[in-house]
Amino acid sequence: MSTILADLNYWVTVFLLVGGLYIVVAHGNMIKKLVGLSIFQTSVYLLFISPGKILGGTAPILDDKYTLYSNPLPHVLILTAIVVGVATIALGLALVVRIHESYGTIEDDDLTDLESDT
Amino acid sequence: MMRDTIILRVVVKLLLPAILIFALYVQFHGDYGPGGGFQAGVAAAAAIILYGMIFGIPAAKQVVPPSVVFVMIPLGVLIYAGTGVAGLLLGDNFLDYSPLGSKPVYGQHLGILIVEFGVLVTVSSTMLAIFYAFGGRADEADAAEEARKDGEGGS
Amino acid sequence: MVVTVIGIIRAHNLFAVVMLGGVYSFLMATVLVILDAVDVSMTEAAVGAGISSVLLLAVLHLVRMREAPLRHTPVIPMIVCLLTGGALVYGTVDLPPFGEAGGPQNQHVAPYYIENAEHETHSPNIVTAVLASYRGYDTLGEVTVIFTAGIGVLVLLAARRRREDDEDEQKGGAA
Repeated sequence: MSTILADLNYWVTVFLLVGGLYIVVAHGNMIKKLVGLSIFQTSVYLLFISPGKILGGTAPILDDKYTLYSNPLPHVLILTAIVVGVATIALGLALVVRIHESYGTIEDDDLTDLESDT
Repeated sequence: MMRDTIILRVVVKLLLPAILIFALYVQFHGDYGPGGGFQAGVAAAAAIILYGMIFGIPAAKQVVPPSVVFVMIPLGVLIYAGTGVAGLLLGDNFLDYSPLGSKPVYGQHLGILIVEFGVLVTVSSTMLAIFYAFGGRADEADAAEEARKDGEGGS
Repeated sequence: MVVTVIGIIRAHNLFAVVMLGGVYSFLMATVLVILDAVDVSMTEAAVGAGISSVLLLAVLHLVRMREAPLRHTPVIPMIVCLLTGGALVYGTVDLPPFGEAGGPQNQHVAPYYIENAEHETHSPNIVTAVLASYRGYDTLGEVTVIFTAGIGVLVLLAARRRREDDEDEQKGGAA
């Protein structure tokens, strides 16, 4: 039981990661793939931040009332990662818009058919 | 873009200054509480995006013209890099803020403030420019569809 | 969050997918607050549930709202994902258990930041101090990435839509 509670955050992270990966790989619609990609990225945030948490600590903002702080280093790295993630999503969506205008569809299978026809 | 929205219009007009002041608060209190440049930039952009969603993108483009946005995008990067180069010119390493103030501690604090301001400018203007780009496409698509329907219905 | 992800996998209506994505971002922000990452949670809530959802809805307005059903059952991707998940779970057995202060990730650099950030940079928020001062070079790179993404989107979406009828081209050219 203690093993389950001690490792639960990792299992949830792995499930979210695999779920996001499955959406990207298995589904054909590009918007759903982008949502799956963002799920994949958020699972990585959990992967970095959950080992930094110390039970009984508090947020890493210095105050006289507290002595134990959680690890601030993952927060810094993930802050960068979040904004880079949204930049990726924005560029991906711009590409989706242009693909839709050029080909009329955003499904993977339809695009493969169109490419093999021409 | 939206029709029966009197409640939304009134509420957005009330909320808009509150969101902008909250964004500025988060920016300048990034040192003493949670916050900083990125959160403030996204919140400020979200305020103008909300205005654009309710009142239409031409109205939002009147409030913050696209030319201003396009100037602001590289300006934040320049402010950030400029602070780093200033540290280089004053004798220390690149992006070392110590020579900017009378004591190294004050230099660091000033450097952090300027750098976070640069981040705020770039993040908010980039998010707003992306919204203008997508929304402009949607407006063109809407206008084309209405023109096509008018053409089919009239002739 | 697990339930939300399962919902996203099963949903076919893209509007539902986007809304569930927003719900997922809010739940992630709540979990991050519980994990003491307040700066990260604020950014994730603003960016994930705000900007991402707005942009996805804007694109959804331009394309169709339903997803076409899959043409073949995704057996191979499911097997690959399960194998990857199994390998990852096997890898997490050695990771330090949740919430303890003794693991190696908390030992080397973090105590230095916690002890020295206040008196070297005069700001109680350690995350901002590390982000802007100790690791300022990474933040410069990040601002450059945002700048590049903005320029990329503007380049991709700046050209006017190409039409088939001539009067629309004239209207687009004159406007």
